[in-house]
Formats: sequence, structure tokens, C-alpha cells
Amino acid sequence: MRTRLAVDIGGTFTDLVLETPSGTHSHKLLTTPAAPEKAVLDGTEQLLAKAGVSPAAVELVLHGTTLATNALIERKGARTALITTEGFRDSVEIAYEHRFAQYDIYMERPAPLVARPLRLEVPERIAADGEVLIPMDEAAFDGIVETLKANRIEAVAVCFLHAFTNDAHERRAGEILAAKLPGVSISLSCDVCPEVREYDRASTTIANAYVRPLMDTYLARLQQGLAAFGVASPVLMMMSSGGLCTVEAARLYPVRLVESGPAGGAILARQVAAQNELEKVLAFDMGGTTAKLTLIEKGRFHMARSFEVARAYRFVQGSGLPIRIPVIELVEIGAGGGSIARRDALGRIQVGPDSASSVPGPACYGLGGTDPTVTDADLLLGRLDPARFAGGRLALHEDKAAAAMAPLGSDGAVGIAEIVDETMASAARVHAVENGEDTAGRTMIAFGGAAPLHAARLAQKLGIRRVLVPKGAGVGSAYGFLAAPIGFEVVRTRYMRIATLDAAVLDAMFEDMRAEAEAVVRQAGPKGELVETRTAFMRYRGQGHEISVTVTPGATAESLYAAFVESYRGVFGRAIPGLQAEVMTWALSLSEPVADPDKVVAVPALAAPAPIALRPLTDPADGITRDAAVQPRDSLPAGTQVPGPALIIEDETTTVVPFGWTGTINAAGQILLEQSLLETTP
Amino acid sequence: MNDIRLQVMWNRLLSVVEEQGRTLVRTAFSTSAREAGDISAGVFDVQGRMLAQAVTGTPGHINSMARSVKFFLDRIPAETMKPGDHYFTNDPWMGTGHLYDIVVTSPAFHKGKLVGLFSCTVHVVDIGGIGMSSDAKQVYQEGLRLPIMPVARQGVVDEWIMDLVRANVREPVQVEGDIYALMACNETGERRLSDMLTENNLDDLEMLGEHIITRSRAAMQAEIAKLPKGSWSSHMRIDGMEAPIDLHAKLTVHDDHIEVDYAGSSGQSGFGINCPYCYTDAYTAFGVRCIVGPEVPNNYGSLEVIKVTAPEGTIVNAMFPAAVNARSTIGHMLPDVVYGALDQALPGRVPAEGTSNLWNLKLGAGSGLTGPTENPFMVVMFHSGGAGARPNQHGLSATPFPSGVKNVPVEVTETVAPLVVWKKALRDGSGGAGKWRGGDGQIMEVSHRHNEPFAIFATFERVKYPARGRNGGADGANGVVRLGSGPDLRPKGMQVIPAGDRLVVEMPGGGGMGTPD
Repeated sequence: MRTRLAVDIGGTFTDLVLETPSGTHSHKLLTTPAAPEKAVLDGTEQLLAKAGVSPAAVELVLHGTTLATNALIERKGARTALITTEGFRDSVEIAYEHRFAQYDIYMERPAPLVARPLRLEVPERIAADGEVLIPMDEAAFDGIVETLKANRIEAVAVCFLHAFTNDAHERRAGEILAAKLPGVSISLSCDVCPEVREYDRASTTIANAYVRPLMDTYLARLQQGLAAFGVASPVLMMMSSGGLCTVEAARLYPVRLVESGPAGGAILARQVAAQNELEKVLAFDMGGTTAKLTLIEKGRFHMARSFEVARAYRFVQGSGLPIRIPVIELVEIGAGGGSIARRDALGRIQVGPDSASSVPGPACYGLGGTDPTVTDADLLLGRLDPARFAGGRLALHEDKAAAAMAPLGSDGAVGIAEIVDETMASAARVHAVENGEDTAGRTMIAFGGAAPLHAARLAQKLGIRRVLVPKGAGVGSAYGFLAAPIGFEVVRTRYMRIATLDAAVLDAMFEDMRAEAEAVVRQAGPKGELVETRTAFMRYRGQGHEISVTVTPGATAESLYAAFVESYRGVFGRAIPGLQAEVMTWALSLSEPVADPDKVVAVPALAAPAPIALRPLTDPADGITRDAAVQPRDSLPAGTQVPGPALIIEDETTTVVPFGWTGTINAAGQILLEQSLLETTP
Repeated sequence: MNDIRLQVMWNRLLSVVEEQGRTLVRTAFSTSAREAGDISAGVFDVQGRMLAQAVTGTPGHINSMARSVKFFLDRIPAETMKPGDHYFTNDPWMGTGHLYDIVVTSPAFHKGKLVGLFSCTVHVVDIGGIGMSSDAKQVYQEGLRLPIMPVARQGVVDEWIMDLVRANVREPVQVEGDIYALMACNETGERRLSDMLTENNLDDLEMLGEHIITRSRAAMQAEIAKLPKGSWSSHMRIDGMEAPIDLHAKLTVHDDHIEVDYAGSSGQSGFGINCPYCYTDAYTAFGVRCIVGPEVPNNYGSLEVIKVTAPEGTIVNAMFPAAVNARSTIGHMLPDVVYGALDQALPGRVPAEGTSNLWNLKLGAGSGLTGPTENPFMVVMFHSGGAGARPNQHGLSATPFPSGVKNVPVEVTETVAPLVVWKKALRDGSGGAGKWRGGDGQIMEVSHRHNEPFAIFATFERVKYPARGRNGGADGANGVVRLGSGPDLRPKGMQVIPAGDRLVVEMPGGGGMGTPD
């Protein structure tokens, strides 16, 4: 085993995990937003000292960060301009022309990252088939360059119509701008997002341009800082797709780093699934503000082509900026420990998406918060031990929680817990159906500060009877980086009808895509064999939404059609007889093989030690309050079986073992929750 | 059963219909469904009362579908329904107002017992007849009319009926595909409902349905109770087709319900812009509910307290066999008419008038329409002018209201049709001035890729009579439809853009609010 360092910069904390041949060490410190590398370098120094490892011994640094995401949410990116086809500068403002909140006459769409005076047009036009209808007017760039200079522009996005089919005009525009504007970073849509739909492509290209100068200088400072400290190893960056890339690739396409934290969590879950030989898994990550749910099948994630960043309206779909990049498909809900509850006009309890966050925090923190939150409900239900929360460093105030809860009525705490769990369950079910999957019968892997409190009840609602809580759940994303393979994905939009598909043309295109991906992957180090996955995004001719179909090398029209029909039936129940199929987009992903972790071995069962305390615990499933045994996690050796009701406590979280469930510590120190009695009421 | 459990199950039922709706969007063929989200999906109790609906693009579909299921139950008694049955119709007076919308209703069984019905609607690519035009004089000219009938029995699709449908439409494959998508959508709903009932140890939806309807009705009544009581009237004149149309509304707030009556409105048009009652009811109720109780979920209980009446034979209650193809021309205007009255009751709570009617570019070419061509096509591009200014906020530019559909990306349109869009830009200054400005419209210029002639099926409003400002705010700019070479085109009806020329559309702006500073 090599010595590797994983670093995850989150909004509040910077988490570090050091893996060495003799063991794993972790560290957590506050993020330093003004100079994020400071926390990384301080944390590295502290962690290496703690572990007794010299900087020179570190062989690889793995890094993920929310810097790009936060710059987009807080709108603190570079002064950015957009250059577009004449007649289309308003596309990014007109967006989808829709109202995502049907009944709200006060709804507002998010403003584009580039305001109108900095959206500049060039006479040029390429048709849908790639033919040049109007050659690009190169003289027009003189005026554009003047405007860009006058406005001290730091980054430029170029997005011309149909550039994903013919990139000649964009490439030439890039050359002209680079020559006339040294030091300005330029992002072309044909590089960042070569896919159909002008608004989505422009939005992605602008986002890339917007975060690029910031990420560029940050990564340079980080590399210098690490080198000065004596860490001479390569640095690899975590991407939203769950793969790792070089710092050089990250500096070109920083938009691909958005959502790298959740990707790390999903990879941790995949690792735990592999250790326990689980085929069907639901990863459940719940923190202070949001919850994320990810489906994993036989060690594979569902992949998506797009997501939205900075949803400004109650997490509603359509209220954010669309980003089209390869991303691990996950559903994110505005539900966390800090989510605030209230009753609506109908007297129904509503939870979130607004959060009390860390300031003022839930009412029970006693830091000035007065709104009832999920954490307050958890405390009043007995799920948290007020004296031992966060290792006893933050005393919780039950009286303040009760006072905040009073306006919701006597069933407020049960109501909040049930509604927040039901909200997450609904999101999980809809997410599953969109992927042609079901939640029932899976194993849930729960991590993040709030997840182990809610996991068992959420599992019941989803027909899940087994839950695993990994060790070190509080720094889950950084742990996940250590298990991530080096990989890269290349996407091409090229419309093909199956009826007229030329297998030779197809193979040539994939070979080309492989060469592009391989250049990126090899640069990051891997010498051995790589795993290649070819995917077609297919639909019946005339449909508007594609499903993903795996393409085997040497695929023919017949084999591709057969694979499509099988996938379609899997997702939607029935295929449509006699219809033609077509492909819009192709993807090739290339990565190191995912390392196969050691399997968790069986250990003899041990009875639980005497609890350190008993605490009344209310089960929302039946409304009954029973005495729960309080057990510190680090005092439970492998094999210990803890019958519910019980609370297994540790510094970062508490695992609730409900009545009718048993918690077992396995050989890897993970807690396996299993429903031992028959179904209680959901 | 305690309140929390009922609320949890209510949320669960909403997620069932959400899954139902997503299935439809993902499997549908028509651009209106797959790109624009112009669909509806919902679950009903065995009496045909809507309990929950998926959040989709069009209140017009949803609220008319809410009434449609009762017609299905009248025609096909519940006791004769079998598992695996699917019934459909596109009758404008029993479905959602024009032949293009196919409604599929399917019984849902649980443990052998009928527990509810799922229903959903899609706007199909083509339904035969005169096509997308408003030029027809009678509904018979507008295409194939399917009375309420089974399309599948006990899981077996009736191939004879499918043959009949295929023989009568221009895009048989896609229309058939959409009918399959509608059935798949309801099947998803039925499966999920059954799972939900099993998990909750319920035998049927009776108790939950009663709770949803009672709670929603009571919440709306509580909102209505806060309103001043009385009657207020309004009038709006719009372009119409052969003559301007006057829309009159009288809104009365009673103790526990709101009544809207359209007496005095113009009679039926001789062309296909007539609006059947179901669609009038749908958009009127939607308009009111955006202001009164917008947070209350949309179902039978919340819709029941808004009572809409219109004399038979008026343009807002057009009678068979009136032509109704472009009924949205009228229907989309009704919230503005209602707001004219509501503003008097609740000053400062309603927006100014907007473009309201969608400015969809319905374009095509083909033998007999535009002359011989190698490139026949039919395409609908969903686009919108400016919306009205809101109290204390500017109006949204290039955004539909009351409809909520999405646009179709230019690159997608150009991939499926031989067209080139040369310009798509905000139309500066078209929103009415005011303390709060009306939303701007947009300008689009379109030509044929190979400079051949192409047809437009125009159904545009607000070309002669603008969206009016409120409280001193200025009117929005009128819309313009013309050729690139100069001459104006008629805002309604099928016309041909000559070879080599361009279509230029300048969409209207929304009205402003309050006197400009």
C-alpha cells in the first residue's frame, strides 16, 4: 500500500485522510475561504505530524473541493464575457422560457452569469448539418476586443450555434482572442460541452469560464505550497463523474470539479458495498443542509449528463443554472439536520429547504436559533444524547428545542421526523423510477452527520431491511477519494439513425474518443490496462429523451437496436413494436480498474456490554417511547450485537437502532443495522 | 388514523403521480410533450374526483382532465372495468378542449378491487384534418374524433382501433407511440399505488381521498373567507379572427366559494378559436388559484370552490360542432379577464395583463400546402412574449403565463426541420413602461434552409389590442407578424412564406404596473 493523502474542502470544514502502510489517520479543520490552500497546508502539516509521516513520503495527493460550486452559488467568479452567434446573445437570458413554479406569480428565473452588455455577437452561422451559411467576420473582433479590454474582462466564453457539429468558427475565434488578449482565459463550447441545445451548452461554457481564473490561481498556489512544504507527489483532482484527473486537465475544465464532494461520498459507498459484496445499494448522505441519495448496481453508478447548480428556489428543478457534464446521478434534497420546519396554510408540517445552518444553528444548540429544526426534533425524540453530542463539546438544550417546537403542537417532533423522512423517501422513489430501478431490497449505506439518525426509519419507508454505517462517516468524501479510479470521459453529439448506421464509422469515432481520453488518463500515471465503457444515448425516432445503452466494440446496427429495446423495456415496462431508433450522443469513459477491496470476514457474535446510560427513545413508526441503551461506538468490538432500541454514539454522529432492529459491528468496524422483527407500520 | 400518517400518505400519493408524469414525458414522441412538458397526469377516486396531479406544464390540461374522468365513468360504468383496461378519447367537450389532446383513463385495481383511476393527456403531433390551423369552420374539418372507448382490454391493445388512428393522421408512428406512452404512464401509476396501499395496510383510497378533498376544500374556504364579499366586473377586448372579441367576466366572492360568470362575452367565432367550457373552467380556476390559496394543492376539493359559468353559444362555452383547434387563443386570456375584476376586490395583488396567448411558431411544408418538396415537415416551436408586471416586480420577459410550457431549443428545431432561425432576441422596450415594467417580448426571424416556401399556421393574439397596463402602467407593445421583405402577415390562419423570404415575428410585451417615476 502506498502513502496517499486525500483532501476535501467543504463549505465549513476541510477534511483530510492519510492512508499509510501502517494505518489510516484523519483530521478536520475549518475551511479558510479567503485562501483555501491555507487550511489544506495547515491540515497537512498537522496530520503528517500526528501520523509521524514525513512530507516526502507522500506518494499521491487526491483533492476535491467545493470552491467552484461556491463561486457559482455566491456569484464570486471572474469578470466574464460571452461571445455568441449574431442574433443570439439573449439565449442565456431567455433560457427555457418557462415558469418552474406554476402557481407563484412572483417567481424569478436566475440571472445569467454574464450580463447583457458583456454578451457580444459575431456575424457567422453554421447550419444543423455543419455547413457554413455565413463565414465568420474576423474584422468584428476588433470592436469586441476593445470592449473586453475596456471592461477588464478576465475570462471569455465562446458559444456559437451548432459548434458541436462544426467547431471551425469557435476554434478560429479562440485563436484570435488568445492572440489579442494575452492572460485572458478562453473557454470554447466545442471543448467544454460539445452537445446539442444552445442554452445548456452556453450555460456550461460560461460556468467553466467563470470559475476558471479562480481555480487556476488556487491550484497553482496549492501546488507551490505543497512543494515548498516538501510534498513532491503529483496531485489528482476529483471530478463530478467520480473519476480523477490531472491538475492540468482540471485547470482547463474546472466546471467538471463541481459536485466533487458528493461524488467522493458515493465512491465511499461503492467501496463499502464491494467490501460487503453487495449488489444493490442506496447511498444516503445527510448533512446539515441537504441530503443526497445515489443508486449503485453491482459496483456501478448511474451516470447523468447534466445537473443544475445553485438552485435558488426551494431546490425546485429549473431554478438553477444547467451544467452539462458527466456526473454521478444523485438526487439532492433540501433536507438536513438544520432544516427548519413550519406549518403551512393547510396545517401540514413542511420541512426545509431553508436551513438554520451553523449560525444560529438549531434551537437546541443554544446559539440564538428559535426555529424548530430536524435536529431539535431528533433531540426531543431521544435520538441524541444532549450530554454527549459532538463528544460533549456542545451541550444541547432540550428546553430550547421544546420551546421552538411548541408552535407545531404536541406531535411536532414526530411530525418533523416523519415528514423529512417521507420527503427523502419520495425523492428516492422518483429517482429510482427515472433510472428504471426500485429501492426495495437494497442495502442502504448511510454517512454524513445526520444520516445514521434517520437511516433505519427511511429504510423502512423504502422497503429496505439492511443499513450499513461505515467508520469515519464524518469525513466520508475524503475517504471516498482514496478509492476513486483515475479516469476521464469524452462525449460527442453525433446524430445517427440505426437504420443507416455504418459500423466502421462508429468504431472510428470511438477510437478517436479513446485516444482523447487516454491522453488525459495516461498523463495522470496509470501504465496498465484501462477499463473502457462505450455508451449510446438512444431513443425511438421522434422521442425527445434518451436512455443509455452500453455499446460493445464492433457493435452493428442490429446488435445496437436489440440492446436498445432491451434497455427500453427495462426502464419503461414495454417496448414499442416496429419503431426505428436513433442516437443523439455518444460517450466513452476510460479509467483504471476499480481496486477490489478486502472483503469483510465473518466474526463470532458477542453480546453487547452494559449500556452507559438509558435514554427514552420515541419511535415515529408506532409512536411508542421505550428506553434505549446508550453505547459508545468505540467501546464495541467486532461481532458485538446491539439489540434495539439503542443509540450507538460517536463524536460526529449517532446511529439509531430502532425497536425491532439489531445493530452488529462487523470486522471492518462498520455498523450493520438489520430489521429482525416483521414489518412495523411504515 | 392520525394526522401525520395521513399527511405522509398524501405526500406519497403525490410522488406516485409524479412518477406517472415523468414516465409520460420520458416516453412521449410529440415535441409539445417531450420538450415543452405539455402534458398532464393524475389520480382519481372511484367517483372520478381528482386527488393529486403531477406538476407539469399546463393547467389547461390538468384542470380539464380533472373533469374528463367523470365522462369516462358515465360512458363506461365502474363495475364493467377490468384490470389492464385502458380507455381513451379526444372529444373536445369530454377531454381537454381540442382534438389534438388524447386523454387516456385507466382503472387501478388493488387486491382485485377497483380503487381509483389514473388519467393522463398528451398533445399529439398530428390528428389529421386541416392540421394545426385555426381555419376550420366545424370540428369535423379538424381531424379524427375519438369518442370515449376502450383502446386496450385486459392488457391487449385493440389493433383495429390503432389501425383506424394510424389511417387518419399524418404521423402514424409517432401518434401510436404517444398512445403507448399514455398507457405506460397510467400503468406506472397503478403499480405504485398498489405498492403504497400494501405498505400502508390500506384496502382502498376512500379515507385518504376524503381527507385530501376535505382538507383542501377547507383551506381554500379559509382563504376565501379572508376576501371582501361582493361582485366585480371586467372587460377585455382581443383581436379574434374575423372580428374583435369581447370577454366579460363578473366575479363574485361568496362566503365559501368564488363564482365567475362570462355572460355578455362574444358569441362563437366562425373559425377554430372557440373554447369549450371545460377549457374555460380550467384556466379560470387556475387564474383565481394563483392569487387565492396558491399553496393549496390542486385537486377536486380546491377546484370545487371556484364555480365557472358561461352562456351556451358564447366563445367561452362553444357548442358542438364549433371548430375549436386553437381554443387556447381564448383560454389563455381568461386569467387576465379575471384579474381585471379581482384587482378591484384586492388592489395590489394581481399582475398587469400579459401576452398570455402562446406565440408558438407552427410551421410546415408539403405537397398541397406549399407545393412539391423533397422536405415535407410539420413542427411546433413553443415561444412566448412578455408577461405582465407584478405588484412590486417587473414582468418576466419571454415567459408564458398562464401556460407554463418550456421552449424548444433552436438547435433541436433546426435538427428536426429544414429551417434556419436567424435571430432570437429580446424585443427591447416592448414591455409597457411603469413603476414596474411589463416583460419584453422577443423577436424571431426564420427562413427555409433551402430557400423553399413554407407555411405558417398562425394563431397569434395581441396584434391589434395590446396587453393593458394597470394603475397607470403603460400597455405592452403589440405583436407584429410579417415577411422579411416587408409586408404584414395576418395574425391568424394558414399563410405561405414565399421561397427565399423570411418570417419575422415580434412578440408582444406585457403591460406595466403603476405610473413610471
